[in-house]
Amino acid sequence: MSPDTQLKQPYQRLREVIEERKNLRNPLIEILRIAQEIFGYLPIEVQEFIAAEMNIPVSKIYGVVTFYNFFSMKPRGKYTLNICMGTACYVKGAPKLAQMISDVLDTPMGETTEDGRFTLSAVRCVGACSLAPVFVIGEDTFGRVETKDQVEKVLAQYK
Amino acid sequence: MQAITVKVGLASCGIAAGADNVYRRLESYLLESSKMVQLKRTGCIGMCFEEPIVEFDGGDLGRVTLGKVDPKDITRLLDEYLSGHLSETHLILADKHEAKHNDLMGAQTRIVLKNCGVIDPQSIDEYEQSGGYQALKQVLEMRPYTVIDIVRGSGLRGRGGAGFPTGLKWGFVFDQPGPKKYVICNADEGDPGAFMDRSVLEGDPHRIIEGMLIGAYAMGADEGYIYCRAEYPLAIKHLRIAIQAATERNYLGSNILGTDFSFTLHIKEGAGAFVCGEETALMHSIEGMRGMPTLRPPYPAESGLWGKPTNINNVETWANIPWIILNGPQAFRAIGTQQSPGTKVFALAGKVAGSGLIEVPMGITIRDIIYKVGGGIKDGKNFKAIQLGGPSGGCIPAELLDTTVDYDSINATGAIMGSGGMVVMDEDTCMVDVAKYFLHFTQSESCGKCTYCRIGTRRMLEILERISSGKGEIEDIDRLQKLAENINHGSLCGLGQSAPNPVLTTLRYFRHEYEAHIVDKKCPTQVCVDLLTFSIDETKCKGCHVCALRCPVKCITGKRKQPHVIDPAVCIKCGSCFNSCRFDAVVKA
Ligand SMILES: Cc1cc2nc3c(=O)[nH]c(=O)nc-3n(C[C@H](O)[C@H](O)[C@H](O)COP(=O)(O)O)c2cc1C
Ligand code: SF4
Ligand code: SF4
Ligand code: FES
Ligand code: FES
Repeated sequence: MSPDTQLKQPYQRLREVIEERKNLRNPLIEILRIAQEIFGYLPIEVQEFIAAEMNIPVSKIYGVVTFYNFFSMKPRGKYTLNICMGTACYVKGAPKLAQMISDVLDTPMGETTEDGRFTLSAVRCVGACSLAPVFVIGEDTFGRVETKDQVEKVLAQYK
Repeated sequence: MQAITVKVGLASCGIAAGADNVYRRLESYLLESSKMVQLKRTGCIGMCFEEPIVEFDGGDLGRVTLGKVDPKDITRLLDEYLSGHLSETHLILADKHEAKHNDLMGAQTRIVLKNCGVIDPQSIDEYEQSGGYQALKQVLEMRPYTVIDIVRGSGLRGRGGAGFPTGLKWGFVFDQPGPKKYVICNADEGDPGAFMDRSVLEGDPHRIIEGMLIGAYAMGADEGYIYCRAEYPLAIKHLRIAIQAATERNYLGSNILGTDFSFTLHIKEGAGAFVCGEETALMHSIEGMRGMPTLRPPYPAESGLWGKPTNINNVETWANIPWIILNGPQAFRAIGTQQSPGTKVFALAGKVAGSGLIEVPMGITIRDIIYKVGGGIKDGKNFKAIQLGGPSGGCIPAELLDTTVDYDSINATGAIMGSGGMVVMDEDTCMVDVAKYFLHFTQSESCGKCTYCRIGTRRMLEILERISSGKGEIEDIDRLQKLAENINHGSLCGLGQSAPNPVLTTLRYFRHEYEAHIVDKKCPTQVCVDLLTFSIDETKCKGCHVCALRCPVKCITGKRKQPHVIDPAVCIKCGSCFNSCRFDAVVKA
């Protein structure tokens, strides 16, 4: 398959998503959310596409995308590994945990591992403060992880 | 015989601790046995530090709650309960017996959390059986203004942080001309050390919906939004289920319960920006734009969502409403203090033994919260400070432990009540580091509209970074204070206005720690890495060479069986040597 046909399908899906929601009162954030689900991130081409389909300036879309932490303009790994940097986790050693995970994966915070498995990022309180320090992979939360061995064991479950 | 019920706490933290494995194990066990046992799921019981938590009820032993339950043990524990045997090792709460946490619960008063950890949040039947939607039915027989009078009479103040009287705010919206008005539930929960709203959303979603319905009826709104953080998938799921069920029973929709009152409720997911918790920003975000605050007035009551009169309240504020209607404003005033009636929910976390979700009457002292409800400081350490109100709040020191929890007393300390984050800090916490943490947070969350908020916080952070890396000057303390004042005056919204609070309160109560960093170039708690030095005590060193092998920059040298030395010029202060020496010969100072 050429990259072109590979890409056609997601754009087709996005077009349908936009078509369905175009006339709702406030669809942009939701459309961007779904677009990010489809493409994994929001490169400028996707933003331009949405702008054209919705007939709004791309600058407005860019403004929204860069405003919210949820949206990413860089490709992301297969899993997002979110380290909780909420207050409770912070006082219980979250910076150390972040350093440890970053060492194990040999990837700085905010970046994606070379094999594309994980993107490292920080989140605020995920509501599991009693297990602090905490990190989240996809929908799984891991708490009371304190050693390198424990980290490696958890990460090994994600292929 | 009464039916035996088994409840498993399946809120976020329970699931993180493995409670769903306990649930699944029970499910398959009960499927293959013929025991007459009803298995249920429930929300946060409040004792998150004991997760996974399971409750048995209906047997001869009465209601019994077990903590730290391993999936491997659960079937044995159930069988023991069924045969009338009390498992001392896991017992945390019991109605008819002594149990180790009975008095932690005893110090609480539960209005908002009445159903949390008790009912199945996915079941509208259970909510109704607990008295749910009765308040709505009563209200539909009243004149709208009577409802506002009741709420005003209760003295309820907004639980989202500022403490504005709820009844007064409702009155403003009531006075506005219709027909179109909105009500909004602020479930953006931005404080990065807090999970109260989340637990209520996950554990008792109908209570919030009922509160919003009552408010909408009173103010004449026919449409509402719950603005919820996208990071709360379980809360969103439970809300969706609840809205669907409430619509099927005509608590939501058109001509509710045969009256003229109609109300539709939407969920709007946030996209991760702290400033969106601010009410004007939140409304812009619902409108699909960037969530930037705008100047008030006009207040939302006059011109809110899409320019229409809008009332916005916090999750916990809404959740108080059904109770107030059912029990009356006087009963509410009987709890708490004159100026701050009722209860407050807190997410108690950090270096406290019993971290979890608590609800206490206003007027309780911070000391009682930490030592009676929270079981004291973890690992027998000494208390240093408690942080309230997150990035907009401040730290309260040991000398002020007898401060009572009410809006005015807490404000007097320089901290704020906030939305309910309560993070306990012990002797190992560095207060300069804490101030830096919060400033880092606000600095990166500033929407950038106001120069002082955007650049001023950046400057403050730079100064703090200088101090914590040993490059601070004593004049920096004045600079911080001056910047704080300017940021407070020069910012449009609460984010900027309150951003300096964590720095100001730590300066006020822990100035000596700042001075130790600046003058002595030492971090008293050894948290600030740049100020640490590692050396080897030659009288203790056995020359085993282990540290030298572990050191990533190979700066430790020495012959076998001879004292080793660290080259401080190369040392990166990673602490590997300190952690690897079995003879305590590495000195961290
Ligand atoms: C930066 C900022 C963040 C806020 N975040 C929240 C929040 O997460 N939850 C909340 O209920 N209120 C938050 N507020 C307060 C709201 O603006 C508003 O006062 C509140 O929702 C009103 O509800 P209440 O009267 O029931 O407290 C925030 C305010 C500011 C300035
Ligand atoms: S104070 Fe800060 S967050 Fe608030 S509007 Fe101004 S720049 Fe934005
Ligand atoms: S590990 Fe301890 S005893 Fe061994 S060489 Fe290092 S300092 Fe000396
Ligand atoms: S602060 Fe990390 S889970 Fe709450
Ligand atoms: S989340 Fe389980 S007791 Fe709080």
